[in-house]
Amino acid sequence: MQELTITRHNEMIDPLLHIWGWEIPVYLFLGGLVAGIMIISGYFVLQHRYRHTVFTTFYLPYIALALLSGGMFALFLDLEHKIYFWRLYTTFEWTSPMSWGSWILLIIYPALWVNTLIRIPEPFKGKIPLFDRLSALLHQHPVLIRNIGVLNMVLGVALGMYTGVLLSSFGARPLWNSAMLWALFLVSGLSAAAAFVHLITTDVYEREMLAKADNAFLTLELFVFGGFITGLLTSTKVHIDAVRLLLDGPYAPVFWVFVIGLGILVPLAIQLFAVNHKIRHTAIAPILVLLGGLTLRFVIVYAGQYSTWA
Amino acid sequence: MSRYGMVIDTVRCVGCMDCVVACKTENNVPEGFNRDWIAYDVQGEFPTLQMEIRSERCNHCDAPPCVYCCPTGASHVHDVGGVVLVDYDKCIGCKACVASCPYGARFINPEGYAEKCTFCIHRVEEGLDPACVSVCPTHCMHFGDLDDPNSEVSTLLASRRHHTLMPEAGTKPRIFYLT
Repeated sequence: MQELTITRHNEMIDPLLHIWGWEIPVYLFLGGLVAGIMIISGYFVLQHRYRHTVFTTFYLPYIALALLSGGMFALFLDLEHKIYFWRLYTTFEWTSPMSWGSWILLIIYPALWVNTLIRIPEPFKGKIPLFDRLSALLHQHPVLIRNIGVLNMVLGVALGMYTGVLLSSFGARPLWNSAMLWALFLVSGLSAAAAFVHLITTDVYEREMLAKADNAFLTLELFVFGGFITGLLTSTKVHIDAVRLLLDGPYAPVFWVFVIGLGILVPLAIQLFAVNHKIRHTAIAPILVLLGGLTLRFVIVYAGQYSTWA
Repeated sequence: MSRYGMVIDTVRCVGCMDCVVACKTENNVPEGFNRDWIAYDVQGEFPTLQMEIRSERCNHCDAPPCVYCCPTGASHVHDVGGVVLVDYDKCIGCKACVASCPYGARFINPEGYAEKCTFCIHRVEEGLDPACVSVCPTHCMHFGDLDDPNSEVSTLLASRRHHTLMPEAGTKPRIFYLT
């Protein structure tokens, strides 16, 4: 028997750590979604779909810019010393994943911007002549377009990985001590992005292709979850206690019902029927995937703070 | 180069909280927050119970995760004694350091920056002991250079059984508890 009583009761620290509220899960979700969108958008660029489609390659970079800005605003809201946020960009701390992330986010903006120049949508044409000239220049040198596609895919992978690495670098939080967390967040981001494009695209080919891709991502996510849980269950007692917060602890109902059930299994089943033409495509499956991805971030961030070495 | 650390004799500590009050007064710690605290650790099965009373604070770790994760360099290892400090003007209040500390030693000051024990570096640089050490009525707390084999802390560690908190976390704490 061990009973530990301490006289400390610091706000947000005691009795259980809860320093990150809704802002960080929302930021991680939007970051993962943007990462997935960049990978899909980059892939479409490499497939020359900007020559054919009316939707994806035209608007995805703009949507990603808006979502990324929303995520960064959520991150800004979380800062306790807001007027000093610019300090992030006065240094590069190579041991800090948060510093890496700050600079990656800064590089992503120009990468998305040059992606928008590949095909400027009709309503935006002629508004800024410089952009039109740059767009024309790109089409004179197709190798530049290919490089933009590759750049978006590479940065998308980096951003998706970063959202997981950020948490797994905190050794003091046993639930996050998993080398699978980056893979989990990257695959979840890809799945959410595929669901998002599936939800809003008007192109039949894209919808069908992304529904199939999302099925693959959701299946892969189940395997990554298996690795994540097995890795922690076969580790030390603190890690077993940590993962049991999800398996049969206070976060189990949300984890099993909303993340695994409604977030992965149900949409996977619906989309398997849809791609096999048993039922029509509906908005239900992609909406469930998006909500499941958001809930996953909330559960991992909250339960991770709950987990402790003590 | 010195490497400051603290040795606390749990046999002598009575949990009077003088160290806690001294710290709050010396460092003007905001109301409702503590940089140091008392832990009452009871172990065993009745009736063979053992209680260890400890004065706890930031462990000024040799492998400080709070410094490694800080995105702005606000959390840093000070030139004097390797003390882990926070530069308040660089801190953005991201709370990464709070999440990274297995000891829960940090908190967010109401003004928005991360705060914790400084080993009273302002006193130490004037040749004084940290406030908590200087007021301890049972003289259970000792402060000094761990790299100096003739210092009081080094001789105590060489002659007495001791432990650190959560060594398994891999942070190499520099506060030692004599048992």
